[in-house]
Amino acid sequence: MSDKTDNGGEATPPAPPAPAVPPSTPVAAPLDAEGERWAEQMSITSEHPGRVEFFVGLCFIVSVLATIGLGYTYAIGGQPQAEGALLFVIFGGIGVGMAAWGKYLMPRGPFVEEREVLTTPENQEKFARTFRRGQVAVEGRRSMLVKLFLGAAGAMTAVLLFPIRSLTDKNPVDQKYFFGSGWKKGDLLINEQGKAVHVSDLAVGDYETVFPRGSTDIAMDQTLLIRVASEPVYPPNQPEKASWSPQGYIAFSKVCTHAGCPVGQYEGQFATLLCPCHQSTFDVLNGAKVIFGPAPRPLPQLPLMVDDNGYIRAASSYGVPLGPGFWDRGGRQ
Amino acid sequence: MTTTLSDRGRELGKKTAVGQARHLDERLGLSGGVRWLLNYIFPDHWSFMFGEIALYSFIILIITGIYVSLFYSDSAREIIYHGAYVPLRGIHMSEAYASTINLSFSVRAGLVMRQMHHWAAVLFIGAIGVHMCRVFFTGAFRRPREVNWTIGLLLLTMALLNGFFGYSLPDDLLSGTGLRIFYSVFESIPVLGTWAMSWLFGGQYPGTPDLFARMLVLHMFVVPVAILGLLTAHLIIIMRQHHTQFPGKGATETNVVGTPMWPGYAAKSGGYFFMTFAVTAALGGLAQINPIWLYGPYIPYQVTTYAQPDWYVGFLEGSLRLMPNFETHLPGHMIANAFWPGVIVPGLLMTPLFAWPFLEAFFTRDRAHHNLLDRPRDRPVRAAIGAGMLTFFFVLLIAGGDDVLTVFFDTSIQAMVWTLRVILIFGPILVGGVTYLLCKELQAVPDAGKRRRANVIIRTAEGGYAAVPSETHPSQAGHAELAPAPVDEAAHEPEPELVMSGAPGPAAYPSTGPSGIPGVAVVQREDPAPTMRPGRGLRRNRRSPRNGAS
Repeated sequence: MSDKTDNGGEATPPAPPAPAVPPSTPVAAPLDAEGERWAEQMSITSEHPGRVEFFVGLCFIVSVLATIGLGYTYAIGGQPQAEGALLFVIFGGIGVGMAAWGKYLMPRGPFVEEREVLTTPENQEKFARTFRRGQVAVEGRRSMLVKLFLGAAGAMTAVLLFPIRSLTDKNPVDQKYFFGSGWKKGDLLINEQGKAVHVSDLAVGDYETVFPRGSTDIAMDQTLLIRVASEPVYPPNQPEKASWSPQGYIAFSKVCTHAGCPVGQYEGQFATLLCPCHQSTFDVLNGAKVIFGPAPRPLPQLPLMVDDNGYIRAASSYGVPLGPGFWDRGGRQ
Repeated sequence: MTTTLSDRGRELGKKTAVGQARHLDERLGLSGGVRWLLNYIFPDHWSFMFGEIALYSFIILIITGIYVSLFYSDSAREIIYHGAYVPLRGIHMSEAYASTINLSFSVRAGLVMRQMHHWAAVLFIGAIGVHMCRVFFTGAFRRPREVNWTIGLLLLTMALLNGFFGYSLPDDLLSGTGLRIFYSVFESIPVLGTWAMSWLFGGQYPGTPDLFARMLVLHMFVVPVAILGLLTAHLIIIMRQHHTQFPGKGATETNVVGTPMWPGYAAKSGGYFFMTFAVTAALGGLAQINPIWLYGPYIPYQVTTYAQPDWYVGFLEGSLRLMPNFETHLPGHMIANAFWPGVIVPGLLMTPLFAWPFLEAFFTRDRAHHNLLDRPRDRPVRAAIGAGMLTFFFVLLIAGGDDVLTVFFDTSIQAMVWTLRVILIFGPILVGGVTYLLCKELQAVPDAGKRRRANVIIRTAEGGYAAVPSETHPSQAGHAELAPAPVDEAAHEPEPELVMSGAPGPAAYPSTGPSGIPGVAVVQREDPAPTMRPGRGLRRNRRSPRNGAS
């Protein structure tokens, strides 16, 4: 917007004669050598503007045609690949056209502008003087008011943090699932289909995910039941655990002790469990001891027993916290 | 004398645009600021485009995000699917998952929008990362731009966080597993972990019905507003300080050489915006991303193999995978394994970045203002450390897919993990050292990296051969020697009424029009310039300096 145009629009009050300001300068002022160079720099980049104009126009026309295509595609029900391709042409046409316009049909420059100084010592001094205007309000005995104000603001902030606690009010965190599980002595093992597992259900090498009766939705309770053999198995130096795996049925918590992923891959050949998230590997025949990977603890084992009807039940609870570690988990397990 | 574009534009403008704008200007006082904006110079360099890609991807994210949000349900309630996608019919799933499936298969243009949103997020974070590398290796973070560097890192953090939230919203098997890991990692933070995660998730994950509603508020409102605020500050600070520029072509510490916003840069950058949009649309329509219908709904006791997250959290996944398996036991307490790779390692990556401008200033004792950029080779230590950190990041990223690599190389997971652990420790040192030596070599070679003219081989009449440099292309020849001209037209045309012409400013700041933007300080001139010119009514003298300490 030029400062020199002086047309006195209807909103402008009647102008008094302006002695210091000459009447409007002609638009095409005579150019000196400097002006000639300016004119040169203001001329467009392209040597062949006609070709570029044609190309830019073509780009925009192609874009419009693709728009029609997209409208048609949408109207007949849509098709993702066609939509993507047509959008590409629509946006690409406008984009390439504009960029070519900007590159070839614009003042060639080069142009320079001086950086503004960010501040000066005088500015800072003036600012300081302005700010010190407030000093009289906080001097002497009134400095106590400042401290009281800060105290009030602090107390207010603290009390405003209280409602954060409400974020768990709707679904109170059940401490049981941090430090234990839903498994109790005598619980039937319920599989994904909702059926209790019978001792005749699995062949050696088979495995399935089981939950305690009544809590199939609780992810922390997920347990992997494996039939590793037809005889009880136990870690080499812990024969007392032989009773935990009746008829070769053995059960471990399926929640990885590393980051909580379900440890779902059983390799019957090596009797190992693999966590597919971070490749922690557990030795099933040795109390799910960690053979490899980032898991820091063995998977807790669920002692099993077989009832009089041949159904498998939990012989006790896990007795240890399941899953990944956390601050309040406490001692070594 | 030729009629220049500016002459033509002025003739046209008198009749139309400017004439209309005058009414607006008289009410809002815009012409000074807008004119300043139109004169704003952008340096021409390809490496400045990455930040633009990030900005434009963010705009695409907002547009496509609003659209997909209209079809998303944040409910974790379990339903049985009866929709258009046959393989999932009869399957139990959350409403969140079903709504995303329906968006993909039953909403016209829904899949394209959803995939564009996902691709734009991937592009957004990638562009921020590359932009950050550009700023780092060329020293653009140095004084006075430390604040903007910090804001940029905050933006990167916010973008990563929001990418992860968005990725988790569909409640598919892959993202649900990711959330489980996220929960475990942050649960491991000493003292606060379990509390913070319970507050965020609304209980213990999995099995938290409020999670998606909460994450949606974070993903659609809290984090985007934070990004928008930081982005605005980022851009205002850039315009206040002006862009950095590479030396040469008349560029100095006190000026900016390049293309003015109006009209050249507006057209070029506007075109670039549409091109970014075009590529995102092509990817969204033609390149499948996150096909959640193949993963199935999240069931806590199921998991897929070869599960990889989006690339930008791959480094955390890799960090978790490479970690040796220890836990730290304290009396009554425990620091879980996931704390070290999941919290400390990203902290180790981000903290030096936040501290870098101050560390570099401390060690080099260079506290001067810098508007001219470094070539990376001229700062070999910085380049070496940056290359080392990038190596660390990429080794972790690769380690995030170590199971896939194990199969690809037909080796054991043990061998793969140990190899990657060794590379993680020694790779950065090696790459940093090689980078340092390469920088030193490049410094020693004159004109290294400069574009050279092709040599033309000429056969002489005697049958010999000679190589001579080719001639400059005619289109490049004529104007290359022109010195940059001040972009402010006022500097080229007689304007006797200007206060400035009678009282030259300080030598360091000649010829430029002072800023018309309120709050922008300019050099104080000695003579009291009239702020209202007689006869101009409400139009203010936009050339008058203002005190900027407001």
